[in-house]
Amino acid sequence: MAWDKKDLLGLEYLSAGEILTVLDTARSFSEVSTRSIKKVPALRGKTVVNLFYEASTRTRASFELAEKRLSADIVNMNVATSSVTKGETLLDTVKNLCAYQIDVIVIRHAMSGAPMYLARNVESSIVNAGDGTHEHPTQALLDMYTLREKLGDLRGRKVAIVGDIAHSRVARSNIWGLTKLGARVTVVGPPTLIPREIEQMGVEVSYDLEAALKDADAVNMLRIQREREKLSLFPSLREYAKLFGLSKDKMAGLPAGIIVMHPGPINRGVELSASVADGPNSVILEQVTNSLAVRMAVLFLVTGGTSLHPEHLSA
Amino acid sequence: MTTVIRNGHLLDPAQRLDGLGWLHLRDGVIAGSGLGQPPAGIAADDTIDATGLLVSPGFIDLHCHLREPGEESKESIESGCRAAVAGGFTSVCCMPNTTPPIDHAAIVKLIHLEAQRVNLANVFPIGTVSRNREGKELADIGELVKAGVVGVSDDGNPVTDAGLMRCVLEYTRMFGIPVIDHCEDPMLSNFGVMNEGVHSTRLGLRGIPTACEDVMISRDLILAGYTGGRVHIAHVSTALGVRMIRDAKARGVRVTCEATPHHLTLTDAALGDYDTNFKMNPPLRSEADRVALIEGLADGTIDAIATDHAPHSATGKDVEFDQAANGIIGLETALPVVYTKLVQEHKLSLARMVELLTSGPARVLGTQAKGTLEPGADADIVLWDASSTWIIDATAFRSKSRNTPFNGWAVQGKAVRTIVAGETKHKA
Repeated sequence: MAWDKKDLLGLEYLSAGEILTVLDTARSFSEVSTRSIKKVPALRGKTVVNLFYEASTRTRASFELAEKRLSADIVNMNVATSSVTKGETLLDTVKNLCAYQIDVIVIRHAMSGAPMYLARNVESSIVNAGDGTHEHPTQALLDMYTLREKLGDLRGRKVAIVGDIAHSRVARSNIWGLTKLGARVTVVGPPTLIPREIEQMGVEVSYDLEAALKDADAVNMLRIQREREKLSLFPSLREYAKLFGLSKDKMAGLPAGIIVMHPGPINRGVELSASVADGPNSVILEQVTNSLAVRMAVLFLVTGGTSLHPEHLSA
Repeated sequence: MTTVIRNGHLLDPAQRLDGLGWLHLRDGVIAGSGLGQPPAGIAADDTIDATGLLVSPGFIDLHCHLREPGEESKESIESGCRAAVAGGFTSVCCMPNTTPPIDHAAIVKLIHLEAQRVNLANVFPIGTVSRNREGKELADIGELVKAGVVGVSDDGNPVTDAGLMRCVLEYTRMFGIPVIDHCEDPMLSNFGVMNEGVHSTRLGLRGIPTACEDVMISRDLILAGYTGGRVHIAHVSTALGVRMIRDAKARGVRVTCEATPHHLTLTDAALGDYDTNFKMNPPLRSEADRVALIEGLADGTIDAIATDHAPHSATGKDVEFDQAANGIIGLETALPVVYTKLVQEHKLSLARMVELLTSGPARVLGTQAKGTLEPGADADIVLWDASSTWIIDATAFRSKSRNTPFNGWAVQGKAVRTIVAGETKHKA
């Protein structure tokens, strides 16, 4: 399917066909990172700015590596030393960057909707690397890429997303993407962490982890933010781990081949015990590896790449 | 100075007047009125031919923000009054969240002086409940009433202290003025930026539950019933709120309330692309809430349509959604939006709409002199065209601000001539 979108703001705004286009394009790029010279010219001459208003290690490293392996010129904006501290607005900051004829801005921001706000106001492509509690589309794309590698077609597959759904952009992007590709999604967590009326997004809700996973093909264990404990959204991490963490004992009652995912970074002993995180069902490091190919595909497509030619991938 | 308005369709719900007729104005007061043609003997300095137009009492807005003193870059008494008369409003009640707030008689005097200088619409200031709107100790309400405030409110800030709310409801009984409350329990709204529901879930924006408004409305109704004070619920937005007010009225509680044109015509589904012109507090609610508000208009539970005209500059609105200021302007869009979306679509009768903009708010203010075309009433009149279609264009507003969700709407209903105390203050 042809790609005609300037930006990647969220999976709500993509069709199933467009999602599959990204995933299929990613498969073609995945081989690049296995070469001894890990570089192709697909984005040669293009400029990408990584504008991170929130702390990030893996997403930022992954984007940066993806850009470098595509031969883009890149600038990393360190927010601590940027104009934000001088009171400049987000839009002014980005308009100033765009005055350098930037092709792509990869942005992470603490406020939901910030990437869409920018996309309406500037000509450069905006790639959402996580906005508030709204969407984290490239994370969901790499989760789906990983699932497709393991399960093939996702139609009719059952995926559970467990944890702080209310505050999770990963959950929202996965819900949009998975339901568009025909998977059945159940969100699991304490009622205080399940946002209101989420059933209307086409998912089932469960407060019972083991019941929800009984017939699941995969489970995505979200990171729990330690601050939530203080807001009385749940009494303690200890109780959370007992009710919603995956331990070796609980795994014993689940389908043998269930795929365990986590967007990272893991709170070991809370969402996942060490034995599950490092165990045979875990695909956590494969998710990280796949993130490169998925982000290369996204950057390629938003900069106008429609179909992949051999010269894009030549060394 | 005498004027005769003839050939217009008089529509004055206060007198159940509905038909082609005439009005005779003398020295700022309505001297006579009737159906058909004026009697031959009436002499007038000026004759206005209102053929094809509706002639109603001038509209009264119980809730607007004129921003003066303190934030004149967003609006001033002059620009706000220009917007008012352009929208058919002859009287506006301005909220006290100015800088400094209207918590002292001197500020009331300043607003009156400037309104007199501007000489467009009648401006009725609302004083604060508490000193500096801090919700701690009562403002000098007696002095404020003497200076001319028509109600008290800490608008924008709810009165969170139930003890203070009890005191102000009791204290104001001797003045007969309403205590106007912005009902919100801040512990429940918890820095929310839009209605809590599937759309806040989808957009990942922090939700403001209907419960935060309902809990406070319920408290206010209990306290008004207990003290015998008068409470006016500002911009009610929830279905349960309307139901509780209906029940309280039936029990004899002295409660009135208002709803805004935007809560009556829009829902939280409109926030799809984080457009900050749809951000206000209380937020746009669900369709079920909107339908309940319209029922409340029709059955008399809701007493008035009020704009909550809240001007903001682009600096306050052209930012990330979380950071954007709350509020939209409404004086120049209230009539066309309500007429087009409620009356034209048969949700509300034309007479009831006019009542909600005229005698309804006049009753809340306790005035007999306004909100009607009865002889002896002030000659505050709007001549308006219900038939021709026009496009709302924010760039053409008289208001200094442009923050409206209705820009570009094709609407019907436009004030053609607005008369205040017998003098024409706006002519389209």
